[in-house]
Amino acid sequence: MQSLRWRIIVTLLVLVLGLAYMLPSIPGIQGTSLAKLLPGDAINLGLDLKGGIHLTLGVDMDTAMKNNLARLGDDLKASAAEEQVFVLRPRVLGEDKIRVVLLKGEQKDKFKGILKQFDSLSVDATEPGENGKVEYILSLTPQYRKYLTKLTLDQAVKTIRNRIDQFGVAEPDIRKQAGNRIQVQLPGLQDPERAIKIIGRTAHLEFKMVDEGADVETAKKGAVAPGRELTVLLHRKPDGSYTETPIVLKKDAVLTGEYIKDAQVRFDQFNTPYVALNFNTRGGTIFARLTGENVNKRMAIVLDGKVYSAPVIQEKIAGGRASITGSFDKEEATDLAIVLRAGSLPAPIDILEQRTVGPSLGQESIDKGVTSAVIGLALVLVFMGIYYGIGGLVADIVLVLNIMLIMAGLAAFGATLTLPGIAGIILTIGMAVDANVIIFERIREELRRGLTAGAAVTEGYGRATLTILDANVTTIIAAIILYQFGTGPVRGFAVTLTLGILTSMFTAIFVSRIMFDLYTRNRADRAKLNI
Amino acid sequence: MGLQIIKPDTHIDFIGFRKIAFIISAIVILAGIGSLLAKGGPKYGIDFAGGMIVQIKLDKATDVTDLKGAMKELNLPGLTVQTLGLEDDHEYMIRTSSSDISSQAVRDGIDRSLAANLKDRTFEIQRLEMVGPKVGADLRAKALEALFYAVLLIAVYISGRFEQRWTAAGIMAAALAGGIYGIGLTGLDMGWLIISALVLTLGLCWYLKLNYALGAVVALIHDVIITVGIFSILGKEFDLTIIAALLTIVGYSLNDTIIVFDRIRENNIAAKSGTYFGDTINKSVNQTLSRTLMTSITTLLVVFCLFVLGGGVIHDFALALLIGIVVGTYSSVFVASPILLGFGPGSHVGEGEVEAA
Repeated sequence: MQSLRWRIIVTLLVLVLGLAYMLPSIPGIQGTSLAKLLPGDAINLGLDLKGGIHLTLGVDMDTAMKNNLARLGDDLKASAAEEQVFVLRPRVLGEDKIRVVLLKGEQKDKFKGILKQFDSLSVDATEPGENGKVEYILSLTPQYRKYLTKLTLDQAVKTIRNRIDQFGVAEPDIRKQAGNRIQVQLPGLQDPERAIKIIGRTAHLEFKMVDEGADVETAKKGAVAPGRELTVLLHRKPDGSYTETPIVLKKDAVLTGEYIKDAQVRFDQFNTPYVALNFNTRGGTIFARLTGENVNKRMAIVLDGKVYSAPVIQEKIAGGRASITGSFDKEEATDLAIVLRAGSLPAPIDILEQRTVGPSLGQESIDKGVTSAVIGLALVLVFMGIYYGIGGLVADIVLVLNIMLIMAGLAAFGATLTLPGIAGIILTIGMAVDANVIIFERIREELRRGLTAGAAVTEGYGRATLTILDANVTTIIAAIILYQFGTGPVRGFAVTLTLGILTSMFTAIFVSRIMFDLYTRNRADRAKLNI
Repeated sequence: MGLQIIKPDTHIDFIGFRKIAFIISAIVILAGIGSLLAKGGPKYGIDFAGGMIVQIKLDKATDVTDLKGAMKELNLPGLTVQTLGLEDDHEYMIRTSSSDISSQAVRDGIDRSLAANLKDRTFEIQRLEMVGPKVGADLRAKALEALFYAVLLIAVYISGRFEQRWTAAGIMAAALAGGIYGIGLTGLDMGWLIISALVLTLGLCWYLKLNYALGAVVALIHDVIITVGIFSILGKEFDLTIIAALLTIVGYSLNDTIIVFDRIRENNIAAKSGTYFGDTINKSVNQTLSRTLMTSITTLLVVFCLFVLGGGVIHDFALALLIGIVVGTYSSVFVASPILLGFGPGSHVGEGEVEAA
């Protein structure tokens, strides 16, 4: 039979490929010389099996919008001033509106021209105010909002990736999700809390001048001058807690963290850690000018709204170096250096979901999964063998082949094996024999009708194939939907289930047929088929 | 020949049992729904409800109340402690309904209070999961959506494939999409949206006389409702893995139903005109009975292994599968097939419709 030879060749080819991809995942094979010859890598294990952290982060888009509006407002004010058009300090209203007051109504046309340059803002309303002032309510255009949302998310992903890279995790997986969400997976991490701290820190660094003239006592009563803010200077005590000293700062930051090129932990003569900053050229120039202009004044270093130190500037500092001193222990300083190096997040982030699995639980899960799979498989093999005789043996052989192909498929496609994935394989073991059962029952029926072995096999396979296809397509539909809507482990389950169905159809319809054809080929037509 | 559980000449009158079967199904379904109503809906795990769980393993058996008492000082809102997996695993699941507390604080708090109050035992925190309320609600909506789309697509596929009525199937899909869009405009809660969509699906199947799809969809909704009901009666929680289990049950139930239906269609085409359709169904169910049982047995064998040996995390998942596979097997024989008789191509119209197909 010509076609039989081809089918055998195809099967052997699949078998060899399957083995090549499956073998690296067998524990004993790794690291041997055989492993080097094989093309594939071992199956990826999911976090629930390997241990590690899974985080879903939500980027605070409202804050990102507000920050951006404030910046746009400042730019607008500055651009207007260049053209001798004066506006009051813009005020942000809510997350997408800003109010700008034009001081001289007669400059309306000129201001209109300036507004044109800001195509991300649209004019909602203009209202005449007192003394010829004009009040503008501006809002972000929908396109710009959309662009900004994407930009913020991209930037957040990039920053988080930078931080994690510096923190040193083997195979981090960071990706954007629908809306304002970011998914972070850190396999095999031992200290989840520290990682979360590093990822979640906004790390918005600002340098602000201390308002020397302001009286702290008056400010505490609520009389804070415009453009000033009352805040506290933190000072770390030996036990790790902080003392707070009230301090009045000028609101506008004179320099921000965006000019930082590098940040490192250093130790002073008392072995106290501090963070040494290195500005880029532009930052260095600004810093030198600032320090030169403000000798003998105090400059506050503000991180995420908290003032960590406010040293007096002794002299002009050239060369682009600065340091944040005082308030940290070594780990804190290291983590601070990491986040400063990696840059600040464009907006604060919240942890919406956190799943941490210890590595020991992962190993235990694998062991239990494998044990139940092996025992389940053995039971099915024995049961099929007893029930269907020769046919059962054929079913057993293709079942083992089937499991091998699922593992090979998982490795070849780089899919991730999760605990529900193992369950999926185990379930497939049970369901995989279904196709064979359908075929065997058909063959039995045809044999009872008096057909010869060969004819019964042909008829049985022919009639059963369509049934099997119909039945499996519906299961695949369910699996695809699981994949579409599921996350993490559920997706893993969907992948193994789909793979299992595909491979079981191949092995049950195609491979087992070869064995039956070989079995019946060389027998007299009336030979009894033991099935 | 190998062994045979079902003799080839078996002639069980399944159709004759249909009234009893419907009553049994109705009782089980009502009991489940009753339990759901009494408990105010399904008991959601943290995946859907939000909150935090901490799984710990102790070196020796500890009473749940002792464990809970040891953590009393932490004042965790809605604190529950339950055992996980098998007796000698000494694994416990600590759950709190709050997701505002930092996981660090919870971790430290548990470490501290257990070390102080259960001095003679060592323990290890194996797993910590926190799901915020927003994510929980999203996951819930997505899970329901998944169940719904699975049912819809499957109904369309069966109608097209089985009755060669792709046009009717297409009309159904379009009507459903429109209907759901309309219902969506009313701003209903996702749960009600899904229920109305399912009712709409069933109604359309019935109206368009897509009987095979109707039978299959009724059977799978039957299976899912019973599994959910039993879970509620047993006080088990619903989480993402249970949704995966339910969708697998959907797949399995259909698989089973379709194989029986396939045979009914085949026998119906071959039947002489004037044959009672119920006889054709009975004949087909009997012919496929051997296969139905064999597959259920092998699948149950392995799922049972998973249930007993799979460990705590997978335990409930395996339980859902066990229930679902038993119910799914039952429903394809006793629920799906008789529905074909009730609404389907009877002897007088049946021939014509199949012929026209």
